[in-house]
Amino acid sequence: MQTHDLEKNFQQKIDAEVKIEPKDWMPDAYRKNLIRQISQHAHSEVVGMLPEGNWITRAPSLRRKLILMAKVQDEAGHGLYLYSAAETLGAGRDDLVMDLLNGKAKYSSIFNYPTLTWADIGAIGWLVDGAAIMNQVMLTRTSYGPYARAMVRICKEESFHQRQGYEIMLTLAKGSPEQKAMAQDALDRWWWPSLMMFGPHDSESTHSEQSMKWKIKRKSNDELRQAFVDATVPQAELIGLKVPDPDLKWNEKRGHYDFGEINWNEFWNVVKGRGPCNKQRLDARRNAWENGAWVREAAMAYAEKKAARRMKQAGEEAA
Amino acid sequence: MKKEWPLWEVFIRSKSGLHHKHVGSLHAADAEMAIEHARDVYTRRNEGVSIWVVESKYITASDPADADPLFEPAKDKVYRHPTFYNLPDEVKHM
Repeated sequence: MQTHDLEKNFQQKIDAEVKIEPKDWMPDAYRKNLIRQISQHAHSEVVGMLPEGNWITRAPSLRRKLILMAKVQDEAGHGLYLYSAAETLGAGRDDLVMDLLNGKAKYSSIFNYPTLTWADIGAIGWLVDGAAIMNQVMLTRTSYGPYARAMVRICKEESFHQRQGYEIMLTLAKGSPEQKAMAQDALDRWWWPSLMMFGPHDSESTHSEQSMKWKIKRKSNDELRQAFVDATVPQAELIGLKVPDPDLKWNEKRGHYDFGEINWNEFWNVVKGRGPCNKQRLDARRNAWENGAWVREAAMAYAEKKAARRMKQAGEEAA
Repeated sequence: MKKEWPLWEVFIRSKSGLHHKHVGSLHAADAEMAIEHARDVYTRRNEGVSIWVVESKYITASDPADADPLFEPAKDKVYRHPTFYNLPDEVKHM
């Protein structure tokens, strides 16, 4: 078959909602686009452990500590589901990791903000995971089978993350004036970065149009952002917190909240590596990779030694 | 370049009486480590009672490009399905 027939065939499958599986023919650009998106998603899960891990030793109770550890373990698991989905496209695990460590691959900019107080852990679960869920629920229907299946698992687990975060905020909001102020401060600092998680406006987004055509994405950045605002504002009101946006107003005619403009300078600065914690995050990942090298090598050497011993034994028994 | 841990495919039996089902893959130095990693990665919420792992390189898969000829023989054999047969209404359950 000619490439252009293959491409036509491929688009017909996409249009007919037939999932693409690893060994199916696909355009190079589809493969590359997916490897980029899935690996960035995986890196985000892994880097996302850092701001939260920061609070494991200081969680205010044993219950909160257990929950936070479980959540951080989930993030590691999510990273692994996604890396293995990317590998079905022919990408090597070590290559993906190297792209992160040398700054070639991006991860979600939200994790370049610091977690200053315990309330930030609540805000992250509620807002950051809440925003991620909007995107991930859409991705459970993405056109590439392994990515969609990874997303189904992730979404099932992610729901606890958001609920535990909101519960932390609720508890603080009902607490002493100081605790309530701490919750409000966390919301003030995390609100805008959470809205930035959906990426640039549709008109500015480089990958969006093609991704929609290939049904990698099914909703645009702006649609998802609006859905997040609509869902989250009433949750803030319910626990007596104020969303830090003077332009936020319910628009009866649209049936949606209107909201203010994002500070795009800040967004691009953080994307380009000039956020408050970019260096710290990458240093932590590089340290983990370098300091873990001897473990990876020793485990492999031990496995090879055991295999050789088994071979020898089998040989002796046969003789 | 250091050697990467090989890739393993993971299959989980969610409860006795059901098949093992493919759930994903992971890297591990050997089979024993693959089982332990599979437990941590794929069964954090009691998803399984049994795990199989097999190194990915040992799986042989059919070629999707050959799917049509490969599965064609079953396509025109509707008589293999019970609904192919017209029976009198009086026969309620068969």
